[in-house]
Amino acid sequence: MSNEPQTPQKANGKSARAKTKEPAPKAPTVAEIFKSMEYGPAPESDAAAFAWLDARERRIDHFIAGRFQPPSEGAYFDTHAPARGDHLAKVAQGSQADVDAAVGAAESALAGWQALGPHGRARYIYALARHIQKHSRLFAVLESLDNGKPIRESRDIDVPLVARHFYHHAGWAQLIEEELPDRAPIGVVGQIIPWNFPLLMMAWKIAPALAAGNTVVLKPAEYTPLSAARFAQACADVGLPPGVVNIVQGDGKTGAAIVDHPSVKKIAFTGSTGVGRIIRKATAGTGKKLSLELGGKSPFIVFDDADLDSVVEGVVDAIWFNQGQVCCAGSRILAQEDIAEDLLKRLRQRMEKLRVGDSLDKAIDIGAIVAPVQLEQIDKLVKLGEEEGATLWQPSWSCPKEGLFYPPTLLSDVEPSSTVAQEEIFGPVVVFMTFRTHAEAIKLANNTRYGLAASIWSENLNLALEVAPKVLAGTIWINCTNVFDAAAGFGGYRESGYGREGGREGLHEYLQPRWLAEAKHQDTPAAATAALTPTAPADGSPGIDRTAKLYIGGKQKRPDGGYSFVVPDAQGRPLGEVGLGNRKDIRDAVEAAHASRGWATGTAHLRAQVLYYLAENLEAQRDYLMGRLVQMLGREEAAEAELSRSVQRLFTYAAYADKYDGQVHATPLRNVTLAMHEPVGVMGIVCPDDHPLLAFVSTVAPAIAMGNTTVVIPSERYPLAATDFYQVVDTSDVPGGVLNIVTGYRKDLSKVLAGHDDVSHLWHFGPASESQELEALSIGNMKRTWCNHGPARDWTRKEQGQGRDFLREATHVKNIWVPYGE
Amino acid sequence: MDHDPVVRNPGTDLDLDWVASVQINTSAVERRAATLPKRRSVKKQWQAAWLLRAITLIDLTTLSGDDTPSNVKRLCAKARRPVRPDLLRALGAEDLGITTGAVCVYHAMVKHAVAALEGTNIPVAAVSTGFPSGLTPLAQRLAEIRASVQDGAKEIDIVISRHLALQHDWQGLYDEIKACREACGEAHMKTILATGELGSLRNVGRASLVAMMAGSDFIKTSTGKESVNATPAVGLVMCRAIRAYEARTGHRVGFKPAGGIRKAKEALLWLALMKEELGDRYLEPDLFRFGASSLLSDIERQLEHHVTGRYAAYHHQPMS
Repeated sequence: MSNEPQTPQKANGKSARAKTKEPAPKAPTVAEIFKSMEYGPAPESDAAAFAWLDARERRIDHFIAGRFQPPSEGAYFDTHAPARGDHLAKVAQGSQADVDAAVGAAESALAGWQALGPHGRARYIYALARHIQKHSRLFAVLESLDNGKPIRESRDIDVPLVARHFYHHAGWAQLIEEELPDRAPIGVVGQIIPWNFPLLMMAWKIAPALAAGNTVVLKPAEYTPLSAARFAQACADVGLPPGVVNIVQGDGKTGAAIVDHPSVKKIAFTGSTGVGRIIRKATAGTGKKLSLELGGKSPFIVFDDADLDSVVEGVVDAIWFNQGQVCCAGSRILAQEDIAEDLLKRLRQRMEKLRVGDSLDKAIDIGAIVAPVQLEQIDKLVKLGEEEGATLWQPSWSCPKEGLFYPPTLLSDVEPSSTVAQEEIFGPVVVFMTFRTHAEAIKLANNTRYGLAASIWSENLNLALEVAPKVLAGTIWINCTNVFDAAAGFGGYRESGYGREGGREGLHEYLQPRWLAEAKHQDTPAAATAALTPTAPADGSPGIDRTAKLYIGGKQKRPDGGYSFVVPDAQGRPLGEVGLGNRKDIRDAVEAAHASRGWATGTAHLRAQVLYYLAENLEAQRDYLMGRLVQMLGREEAAEAELSRSVQRLFTYAAYADKYDGQVHATPLRNVTLAMHEPVGVMGIVCPDDHPLLAFVSTVAPAIAMGNTTVVIPSERYPLAATDFYQVVDTSDVPGGVLNIVTGYRKDLSKVLAGHDDVSHLWHFGPASESQELEALSIGNMKRTWCNHGPARDWTRKEQGQGRDFLREATHVKNIWVPYGE
Repeated sequence: MDHDPVVRNPGTDLDLDWVASVQINTSAVERRAATLPKRRSVKKQWQAAWLLRAITLIDLTTLSGDDTPSNVKRLCAKARRPVRPDLLRALGAEDLGITTGAVCVYHAMVKHAVAALEGTNIPVAAVSTGFPSGLTPLAQRLAEIRASVQDGAKEIDIVISRHLALQHDWQGLYDEIKACREACGEAHMKTILATGELGSLRNVGRASLVAMMAGSDFIKTSTGKESVNATPAVGLVMCRAIRAYEARTGHRVGFKPAGGIRKAKEALLWLALMKEELGDRYLEPDLFRFGASSLLSDIERQLEHHVTGRYAAYHHQPMS
């Protein structure tokens, strides 16, 4: 089965491109085509796009304060059409001064934009949606020229999704006060987007930011500046107030200037995990809110009862969509052994039929790779894959010689130990592995540092819906792949980043609690460390020693180091002794927490029962605990309040355990899109130095209510409240390992947790001065962090000390798309 | 185009395990069907050539209660000369010998059609077997096939008993179709599944396999009388069944979408679907036909538009 050889097909729109070409080969006659039945060129006109570029003299400037502005330092770089090599335009290189100007414009626009109110903002966002729809083809052609993606995709997928995103968020702007009444905007938001979906990623960033009442400074990728510039014109055309959206063109240096700018309160980034790490490090300790959508190596799991022909089309959509330059590309096929050969055969047959060519040809499947350096990287990784034993298969036809093309590629005989099974290739290359059982499929699927998406193919919904929650990824597509919508959140687990884009869950990335926005910024007081001295031998006749031990895996453990320290009471007198934990104790605690992950798969009702039981037993220990709390706090009323509130808080989270449930999103496909709240996994919790029992309970209870297992570093000052609590835990049916307590020097222990690559999330309520180091250390596995940057939380107040903010931080939102129809 | 001749499908034993293993995911199939026409576009002389090819694949059809020898004769004349000579000349296609693939009529009109097509290679196809519902006694249906063949039909379009497919009585369905094939003798048999009445795409896939195992030369979507006829989704399922059958048995079976195909653009989509799913060999009349009556007029108009650059009028095309 052979395809006709493919030649580069030039769009024949009346473009202003001045480029001499070899004389075109003689076109075949009708009679010849009647016999050959070959495809011919089907060019989309590029005339309007080049007219637009020519009208601006092929120069793309920044868009700051509502006007196109040349770069302050006068520097430009060039952008090319990857499918043709043509020069498209010169593009402003953003300098520090340009970024300063853009951030300044955004700051000035903030008050006016917020004063417009929900409906005022909704009207502008709605106008942007309409504008995009009215000029949809120009957007699509510019996008395909600049990026190299097939016009079919920009026309039928990207641009409609862009319009849909603005429509959807015009609605959020309208409803925000009713739907999210205790939330406030963040301020000036810095956004840095990639080159693979320039327009779509821009919409995903800008629409929710504006809906939530923020103003924006956005930097497009340097390979693909055009569509953002066209969007800037849309902002001007609809009369968006100057400064609400600012677009600064440029490279990584420009992006860094945005990230580092002190007036930028939030950074949203989509791109590589490598750059994501740099941004996490750069923003560590600054208190900037951060959402990162990073790389992926998403599994594409095929069970033996799947519709294999539809699976093949699924693979086409998974890895040959946008040349495979998709962060959530289904790049790892995991096929059940008994159908693996059959599937491979069908795939190869299908690949013969794929067509590669000019991005503006309406009859191609795969366009051009965005830049030479990307093409080289793909080639390098494929060669490495072959060296490591993979079997390479590419179709018999060859790609056009001109332009940056790479053929669809299938690597089979790949094992998890192969580089190509682990590294993101970001090209039209899929690797193929097999599995025996669904349990093995899940294991292989999760054998990756990433967790962006997964696709599951089976006609058995029992099976598919068992696997979906067990694959660690933010989006699961059942019997489909690469479907997106503004109403559904998208984002990663693990090193694919954090935060969601789209839906209610995505909106939270651009909001903060109102109390936080209105609070004065002051630091959490640091612990008094004077008492942390190793135990001195006691004078006189010893009583029966009752040194609190660490609590790991449901058992009391002596600290590995063999040291203890004295804990003072409210008057500074020795109240008791606790173990001085070290890094090995943290290691053991994390392992114990992993061993008890079954906690997550139990029912929410069961977790509620356990939390109620904790409350019950806390109450039963009232007399003993009151005595201890009075010693710690010095005042009886304070102790009484502390205990009562702690019991209430346990009730609160027992109540929430089965009520913080997900959503079914209204996405415009025949499917149910299930937004499930899943536990994050193993969480590290660093307790604050106030409210010995209440703060401990307030942080631990939401985490375990949602099904997480925890490693808790109690307050240095009040570790005895935590160690007293484990006696309650022991009698309350909490499975060993769900709650692990390591007492000791908070600063040292929390660094071990932050640097532990098998901890998924770190909550830190210590002093802000410590969060810089912790956030910087989190990049090992790109764990989520929730650190104290602002005002100290008042744990006695409901809006600060409990509620959905805690639950949101204790969960991931996983969107599972389940199409139906017989 | 006479390379690689099709050896008639002899059929196979009924393989119930294979039938039961057929999996069709409706949403995924519909997605492919919706995106395929967006992935392939044929323009300019390519479009003209493809449309000429489409003409050679048409079973030019009249299946009306009021058919008489005179309108059948008119239809046959159109089948001989489907495109105005001036257009063919302008397209450089006058030597391609373009006629429709066949003429398709009720049994009663077969002999009139055969007479009207004398001297050509255009076969007459008959819808026999109690068309369109197929609910007359089997013996009567088999007798009708023999009578049509006797009258000169070279192709017989049979309809299946939908109730057998709906009850998953695959053995019963297999036996009936096999009996029809025997009755056809040398005449080629197209088996109409009436997909709009089979309840689900999964059932369409399974019935397609059974029809091929029972020895069909073609499988065909619809009678044109069901409320839902040839949809691209159904076409995909049937083409994939043909591909699977060929892969496992080595036998080629043709495909005929019928009913509701009226526009040239739809014809291009079906051609692209065949090319993509089954390959170029399946773009020839021995493996692909359209069942259509008004499609030809729209194709003629598009050809005229290609030649003149002006949008064409229906009344400028000689009627069938």
